[in-house]
Amino acid sequence: MPITLEKIPGQEERVILSMGPQHPSTHGVLRLVLELEGETVVRAMYDIGYLHTGFEKSFEHLTYNQCIPLTDRMDYLSSLSNNLGFCLAVEKLLDLEIPPRAQWIRVLLTELTRIQSHLVWLGTHAIDLGAMSVLLYCFREREDILHIFEMVSGQRMMTSYFRIGGLALEPPMGWLKQVEKFVKAFPGHLEEYENLLTKNPIWLKRTVGIGKLTADEAIAWGLSGPPLRGSGVNWDIRKNEPYSSYDKFDFKVPTRPEGDVYARYLVRLEEMRQSLRIVQQAMEGLPEGPIKTNAPHIVLPDRESMKTSIEALIYHFKIVTEGFHPPVGEVYQAIEAPRGELGFYMVSDGSPKPFRCHVRAPSFANLQALPKMIEGRLIADVVACIGTIDIVLGEVDR
Amino acid sequence: MPSDLESNLALKKLRESAQEAVEDAREFRAEITIYVRPDRLIQVCEFLRDEPGLTFKYLSDITAVDHYPNEPRFEVVYHLLSLQNAERLRLKVRAGGENPSVDSLVLVFPCANAFEREVFDLFGIQFAGHPYLRRILMPEDWEGYPLRKDYPTEGYR
Repeated sequence: MPITLEKIPGQEERVILSMGPQHPSTHGVLRLVLELEGETVVRAMYDIGYLHTGFEKSFEHLTYNQCIPLTDRMDYLSSLSNNLGFCLAVEKLLDLEIPPRAQWIRVLLTELTRIQSHLVWLGTHAIDLGAMSVLLYCFREREDILHIFEMVSGQRMMTSYFRIGGLALEPPMGWLKQVEKFVKAFPGHLEEYENLLTKNPIWLKRTVGIGKLTADEAIAWGLSGPPLRGSGVNWDIRKNEPYSSYDKFDFKVPTRPEGDVYARYLVRLEEMRQSLRIVQQAMEGLPEGPIKTNAPHIVLPDRESMKTSIEALIYHFKIVTEGFHPPVGEVYQAIEAPRGELGFYMVSDGSPKPFRCHVRAPSFANLQALPKMIEGRLIADVVACIGTIDIVLGEVDR
Repeated sequence: MPSDLESNLALKKLRESAQEAVEDAREFRAEITIYVRPDRLIQVCEFLRDEPGLTFKYLSDITAVDHYPNEPRFEVVYHLLSLQNAERLRLKVRAGGENPSVDSLVLVFPCANAFEREVFDLFGIQFAGHPYLRRILMPEDWEGYPLRKDYPTEGYR
């Protein structure tokens, strides 16, 4: 029996409305159950699980390297962030040091992922609230970023480009030219979006003062990412618990004290600017050197040495058929994904497969605040609030 | 080796105020894990949240690990975060028996609601005091708990 709300005795005239899972503005397959009095939402509840694919169970039956393609498919709008979180967790378990060039490229690509993910958010959020044209602009720029991803990994979305111990391949010649072109053009595009929205009276009417959350509420409800910073909490894992040499980059963490939909919109726009700064720094200071760490029993050898060295061939055979054995232990690695704190909790029993791998999905936690944001408001605001927490249902349901 | 473990402020304060609540403490890769006695979990969490200097106000995650066929077979794992000190702490509670159950943290951290529902859904661990303990990811009429180790990945159940 699907989840529903029971009518309260004496309040029978209230309507119970099931919104979704096929509603276009629920960004996937989210179902909401709303109790309405007129057009006002009195109570709300969410129903998820339509995309549950059992990733965590599958992880337990795959070797560590085989898990990486699965991580792409959780948050399918920011697959490189998922790759990074998973690889960092396993590398922490193995106590592996990553060469600087690989770290720099990882930072560069995950920041492009952040911009790309925020572009999809901006476009869909705007179209939900009636601003059609923004979506077309956003997808134009997103295509440029996906083109860069395709150059380095061969795939636009399901990249699987980061590997345990470094990167899958050396990026092709000329890829930095594409990045440079994007970095030059993007500030102008951001201005275009701002011209369309930031001072637009209709946009302001639909977003200012809607879905308010105070800083204490945001912390108590476990929000992370832009929704937390939009409520005035200065917390960014890239700054506060730096990973993958983020401490070597200069960027600001935007926060807004208002805690409404408009504040979160401004935070995300500013984040795109800061991400662009990081991309630029990573591009200009990209160090030379290897892209994989020197750990032959963990990292696959390159094709050339496999043909000439028997040790490389043996290691290749061992890694592919059996995998590697991390020490017994457990780690929790959190990264700042576009949607907030993406955490991987990894338990190893010494075998080549994770004993348990749990994903702390930011969308799953952020979604909990939705009923709180929409209760007492109009149905039209529900759409604005779903857009503002920026959920990806693939990640919510895993 | 256990230098980090001895200098950890949270563990020290916890031992001072509630020695018997701490069953064990471990360190791996500079991450601290504290095993808490099941009946003292709420008290420990309230202490860690409210004690000035610790301020673990942010519950980032709840999950569980199944150690089948060992008994007690489940470990419920809590990841706490102090935004003020940029510090993380892992709490663990053991649960076992026919009907594994631990106390719900909903009244201490509101966000525990969905996390606990997920653990209940996938592991079948009860959370005493949870206001709405129903399946969240699996269908309502599903039989069995998929993330248990004795539940097959494919084929017939």
